[in-house]
Amino acid sequence: MSVNADQVRHVARLARLALGDDEIDRMVPELNNILGWVEQLGEVDTDGVEPLTAVIENHLRLREDVVDDGDCRDDILENAPDAQHGFFAVPKVIE
Amino acid sequence: MSELTLKTITELREGFRGGEFSAREIAEAFNAAVVAGRSLNAYTVETPELALEAADAADRDRTTNSLKPLSGIPLGIKDLFATVGVDSTSGSNILKGFKPTYESTVSGNLKAAGAGMLGKLNMDEFAMGSSNETSAYGPVNSPWKRNDGGNAALTPGGSSGGSAAAVSAGLAPGVTGTDTGGSIRQPAAFTGISGIKPTYGRCSRWGIVAFASSLDQAGPMARTVRDCAIMLEAMAGFDPKDATSLNMPVPQWEAGLTTDLRGKKVGIPKEYRIDGVPPEINAIWDQGIEWLKDAGAEVVQISLPHTKYALPTYYIIAPAEASSNLARYDGVRYGLRDMPQGGNLDAMYAATRAAGFGAEVKRRIMIGTYVLSAGFYDAYFTKAQKVRTLIKRDFAEAFKQCDLILTPTAPSAAFGLNEKMSDPLAMYLNDVFAVPASLAGLPAMSVPGGLDSQGLPLGIHLIGRELDEQGVLNAGLAIEERAGFTHRPKRWW
Repeated sequence: MSVNADQVRHVARLARLALGDDEIDRMVPELNNILGWVEQLGEVDTDGVEPLTAVIENHLRLREDVVDDGDCRDDILENAPDAQHGFFAVPKVIE
Repeated sequence: MSELTLKTITELREGFRGGEFSAREIAEAFNAAVVAGRSLNAYTVETPELALEAADAADRDRTTNSLKPLSGIPLGIKDLFATVGVDSTSGSNILKGFKPTYESTVSGNLKAAGAGMLGKLNMDEFAMGSSNETSAYGPVNSPWKRNDGGNAALTPGGSSGGSAAAVSAGLAPGVTGTDTGGSIRQPAAFTGISGIKPTYGRCSRWGIVAFASSLDQAGPMARTVRDCAIMLEAMAGFDPKDATSLNMPVPQWEAGLTTDLRGKKVGIPKEYRIDGVPPEINAIWDQGIEWLKDAGAEVVQISLPHTKYALPTYYIIAPAEASSNLARYDGVRYGLRDMPQGGNLDAMYAATRAAGFGAEVKRRIMIGTYVLSAGFYDAYFTKAQKVRTLIKRDFAEAFKQCDLILTPTAPSAAFGLNEKMSDPLAMYLNDVFAVPASLAGLPAMSVPGGLDSQGLPLGIHLIGRELDEQGVLNAGLAIEERAGFTHRPKRWW
């Protein structure tokens, strides 16, 4: 499978990356090179093989259903590019 | 330079405890070395005051006999560990100026063990790179030069390039690194130092800027195997804040060190003899085999049949996880915000990310987004996760016949800056020997083996069974003792 400029533009849109036409054009052969290379995995017979889900066997833990953190609003907002009235501020979303 | 900066962590600990020198003298010596080493570009932030503060606490603790395991030892911390009040940017413009209000578990563990912090260490942006050239702060210069009389600037490797350069040049006795697909081991090999990636889950990932969460592991880099054992003991441990943290006691790796390898079987995987690798790489590997035999180990030939598929598997899984992890950089909660005139929220996301990420990070986000997108997910991502199962199975089969696996760390010595940046695939091949152990979550270590004909360090790589860091460290120590590697880069900085 290979990608063309329109598909790369679509992927950039999915990834929320504003790429210029020159960047898109540069990326088409780069991505095709990498995708062509990873396609060698098609040679491997994986019939009946389960995809790996945990690299080291481990059980998901449950914790006590109690609040053990919080009360740190100012810490969380400390690095926000724009914080107002104790919230993260963003451009208007609802018209 | 002060003699103190030539010492290992072990020697500093002995000297400090024995009253030969104070912790403040150690911190001052390294603070001065950090300043004198600025042309290496190893540090992105210097925190001499934090090193001194910890040193003064250590000196006080010595008078009251309340010393901690790392009292008096100043360390460098890779820039992707969140450190309270100190820039933690993962080598990226998108996090410029980010000062966490919290401390990563691993750096917090080191501080709780008495260690001080010299500063934050340069790295490839979001740890995506093998040469430290993708950093927003510019590349790190290796302290090493070829002995050909030229003055070519070399890479210290990556992504933990600042970490490797700092230890190698004596700008820190030990440092933290992280390893997703070789980012501790390859730079350690390129700079003639030791580094270990423990079993996945040994070190908490909490507070470490995420790259590929199923692969990321923190580990120490230092001058000796014993120093690595000392640091890893302080770094590791169960952390309820990381869902994949292993809930088991931390072994006493330092106390467990032995170089008696009688009864141990060391596997040599035939698939790691690959075409196009310089003969010197295979020669140092053969030398490593002889050293382990000398230490009493029995050498057996093994096969890891899916080795050649490890890199392409990695370059699906790691970018896929990265594209998901890096979705958080949206200009809302931290870091950069780029707001186009009259743009909406969506335009802000896209502009912020375009302005904040570098070329390699964008490339990997694009690959990752593509392989996870509707219609391609099974063909790429699920397929890669199936091959990953087979790679893990290869190791499980091999470990029925051996206790350890010995390979070279990297397929070459350090290369020049700008030599491979134009060819992503050539850069990815650097990690051909390191990536399989990452995909299988296994402990693996690089120790210096010797110099090549150009006077550059070459590393030897050991892979152990899961949770068998001790076996890896012991074999590493056996090699260290026999290699007698005492070479240091000749000071030019």
